[in-house]
Parts: sequence; C-alpha cells; structure tokens
Amino acid sequence: MTVYSVIGAGVAGLAVATELVARGAEVQIFDPSGPPGPHGCSWWAGGMLAPWCEYENAEEPVLRLGQEAISWWAQHTEVTHRGTLVVANRRDLPDLRRFSRRTEGFRAVSTEIADLEPELHGFSKGLFFEQEAHLDPRKALMDLYKGLKDNGVPFHKTLAPPQLKHAIDCRGLHARETLHDLRGVKGEMLVIRCPDVTLIRPVRLLHPRMPLYIVPRGDGIYMLGATMIESEDSSRITARSMLELLSAAYALNPAFGEAEVLEIGVDLRPAFPDNLPRIRRLGHTIYANGLYRHGYLLAPALARGVADLALHNTHSEMVDEDRA
Amino acid sequence: MKQFYGTTLPNPLMLGTAQYPSPAILEQAFRDSGAGVATVSLRREGAGGTGQSFWQMIQSLGVHILPNTAGCHTVKEAVTTAHMAREVFDTKWIKLELIGHTDSLQPDVFQLVEAARILTDDGFQVFPYTTEDLIVAERLLEAGCEVLMPWGAPIGSGRGLNNEYALRAMRAEFPEVPLVVDAGIGLPSHAAHAMELGYDAVLLNTAVARAGDPVAMARAMMKGVEAGRLAYDADPIEARDMAEASTPVIGKAFLS
Repeated sequence: MTVYSVIGAGVAGLAVATELVARGAEVQIFDPSGPPGPHGCSWWAGGMLAPWCEYENAEEPVLRLGQEAISWWAQHTEVTHRGTLVVANRRDLPDLRRFSRRTEGFRAVSTEIADLEPELHGFSKGLFFEQEAHLDPRKALMDLYKGLKDNGVPFHKTLAPPQLKHAIDCRGLHARETLHDLRGVKGEMLVIRCPDVTLIRPVRLLHPRMPLYIVPRGDGIYMLGATMIESEDSSRITARSMLELLSAAYALNPAFGEAEVLEIGVDLRPAFPDNLPRIRRLGHTIYANGLYRHGYLLAPALARGVADLALHNTHSEMVDEDRA
Repeated sequence: MKQFYGTTLPNPLMLGTAQYPSPAILEQAFRDSGAGVATVSLRREGAGGTGQSFWQMIQSLGVHILPNTAGCHTVKEAVTTAHMAREVFDTKWIKLELIGHTDSLQPDVFQLVEAARILTDDGFQVFPYTTEDLIVAERLLEAGCEVLMPWGAPIGSGRGLNNEYALRAMRAEFPEVPLVVDAGIGLPSHAAHAMELGYDAVLLNTAVARAGDPVAMARAMMKGVEAGRLAYDADPIEARDMAEASTPVIGKAFLS
C-alpha cells in the first residue's frame, strides 16, 4: 500500500494528514521540530473561522472555501459558535460602512451590542456576523496531532529523507527554495490575561491600516492580533506594533489597561502573490502552501484538495501546476 | 511635460503601494493603469533582512520608484529612512514626509525644510510632502528641492482639493516648478481637478488600494489625470454668471 509522507506538522500538514487518514490512506509525518509548538506560525494564529469578515479584503475563494472550515474543524476539535462582532470608533464609522458594503452574512447592530458583549464600552454601531465561529489554534493542532497518533500514524522527529515518493510538502516558508513565488508576511500578536473583562466572542475593531481583533481563549485570557507587514524579518515585535495592539484592547474596554502581557508572538505567514493557497505537484512531491492569514480557515479546503489530487488525481481549483 | 529632476515621466499618475489586498492586485493595478511612478514606504525593520520579496516585486514593476519616509515624525528618523531607501532601491529620489500632527497627519513644515536641506546636501533629490503655504514652498526651493508636493486634503481622507484657491496660487507663484498634488484624492474627478489647475502630476494611494476593485479604480484615476491634463492644455473657457448662447438669437424669426 502506498504510504504518503507529510512533511511539516503545522496546521497545513496536520490537516492534510488528517484528511488522508479519514479517507483510508496510510500516512507518516516528518517534522524535525517535533509536535506542534511555538516553532510553527500556526501556533500564533487567531483561530477565527470568519470567512464572511475576511471577504472584506480577500478574494472570493476565501469566502466560499472558508465556509467549509467550520464543520471540518468541529469534527476534530472544539469549535465555539458565537459569531464575530465588528465595531469601529466613532471617528472611523466610514470604515464600518465600507466594511458592510464589502461583506455579507451580517446584521447591523446598535443597542444589541450591549446584549452581545455587555463589557464593550462606547460603541454605538457594529456588525454582527452570527454564522462565524472560532477555535483555540493550539488545542486544535494538538487535537489533530493526537487524533493522528491514535490512528497509528508514525511521527518522525527528523528531516524527511531525500527522494521520498508520495511526499506532501507542507513546510510553509521553508519550502521557498522550490516555491520561488512564496513570500513571508510578518505578523505580530500578544496574549494577555485580564480577568476583569469578559468578552465571549471574537471582536474586531476597524482600523484604517490593519484588521485588529481580540479572541477570547477562556479563563480571562485573550489573543490580540495581528499586524500585517510586508517584511520578512521575524526576529522581534516593534514598539509601534505593540502600541497599536494594546491600544485596540484599551479602546474596546479601558479595563484592558490592567491586563498582564503573557506572550508576544512574531512570525511570518507564507503567502503567494495573490494571498491564496496553492497546491503544486512537482515530480514525486505535492506542495501545499500559501495559507497566508487563513491557516485555520483554508486548511480544510487545502487538505481536501491535496487528498483529491493524491488519491484520485482530481484537480481542485487550488492546483495551479502539475508536473508529476 | 515638466521634468522631475531631469526625468520625464510617461504620465502624470503616481501610485502608492501600501494596503492593497494582495501583491498580485497591486501589480495588476500598475499594469492596467500604466501609472509611471510607484511610491514605497520603507519600514525600518525591513531594511536589514534578506530576500525582501515585496520590494523585489515593486522593483519588477518596471516603473520609477519613489521611496518615501511615511510615518516619520522627526528629522533624524526621516534622514535615516532616506539613507536606507537609497541603499535598498538604488535611487536618489526620496519623497520626504514628516508628520507633525497625529489626527490630520499634517506635515511639520519646519522639520520638513530642515530635513530637505540635509538630504539635498547629501545628494538626494527630494520630493517634499508639504502644505499649500507659499513661504514654506519658497524655503523648500531654497533648500534645494526642485519639486513640490502640496496636499489636496489629509492623507487617506479622500476629500479632494480642500483649498483650491491656495493650490491655484501656488501654481501661479511657481510656474516653472513641477507641482504634484499629494494626498487627499478620493475620486478620479479630484485627480482631474488637480490637473485642470495645471498641476504636473497626482500622487495617491488609499483611493486605489482600498477601493472595492483597486484595478478598476487605478484605471479610472489614469483617465482622470489624462482628462484633466487634456483640458488644461486645451485652454478651457472662463466661467461666467450669465448664459452665453452658442448661436446668436438676434435677428432670428420666432413664433409666439
């Protein structure tokens, strides 16, 4: 029986392996860094399953393919279905109108904001995307990892041997020596703890330059993200970025001023020029890459596309090159 | 068409490169509109890294590159950024932007003049983002600038030309200096308006990058500047208070 070798145990690799196993294929995984952890960029993600919101600044496949993600993830990890609330400061209300024109699947809310999130202060207008959901990315990665282990998938904490047949390369930016049109887009995030404030769903604060959001992780812990900078230096966060992230939290509720900063995350998102993921078969290797800021949103569709190509030789829309 | 530091531009549209949905859309906006100049913001952190894919992509557009000092608040920051820009993009051109006010992003014209002098002495060819103030403009020219870029309205506001009178006065005061309306453009009619006043180019970013269809808006902006330029060269009629019939009415038979 053919053994498929998935290289890389980030969200792409684990989702691909999970999909292959679900379809009855035999799989092994290689990742020299070991099980999911801070070495991979999907560790630092927001975990929002928000295709309707993301459509504001993304192309149509993100809206369509992203909608498959919620049910896929619900089969493998805990998904919280509470929607997304989008708000803007009074001076940025034109941005809220713009956001509403570019998206769908929401209803405009005003007094209802206080019912949805009683601790959001000073916001009179917002958009509620009720169908959206979110998950805890680290738990999701570990759940996929454990699920694969339970299914007897061997996990090799080594580099993949060269000349592997039936390899599926999901190494993100590490694959750029082969995928020359891949670039890194810097993202910075914070994890804070603030038991004084209770938010129960992802809240986006519109900002003229970046989509700022806060995602509740439970126990008073929140993830604040994320910058988007066309830079490939992931060594550190800048003071400016940290100011902007913390200001967003402070604007949502001044009590966030008392929050403890638990973690600072900086990493590079792998992205192709149109910021959409790609599947490419070159020789014996299938490359699945370029999830950009949509790791959790588009990994299920990417995994399905890889499985369709590997098992049935069918080309999903993500396949842009096949030189087997 | 006037030259910008000895360079003749293919057309009067300068586009920024920030905030597009993706580099692919940015590239297509340039290709389809034919814009001849790309401004690029240099963030300090990026300059030391290797394989700066985004900048390589901008360079591969094959247009003139005008690096900028966007977001700088002090002379020192702006001068440092300009030096990095010269290294990265191998050009003497620098769009000098020195922000003085947080809410309006209004230029700090005092620091602007100082930085312009330092950079010009250092061999840079400075494109200063300034207000419509004529005395500041004079000082910038004295500092060695050969181009002036007054704002139309605050950056990203899309309000068009807030002070047409002052922009007209600037054109009249400096007939030989290449003038660019920079910032505040929201619509092709705004871009046309600037060109109708006799400006030499228009620089904009947000209006295209944040439009629902940036590629279409870039093309629309090019049509706007072309229309404005043609109209200016065609010597438009003067506005007047009363109607002036295009055919004489005296002597015509009319029935009641």
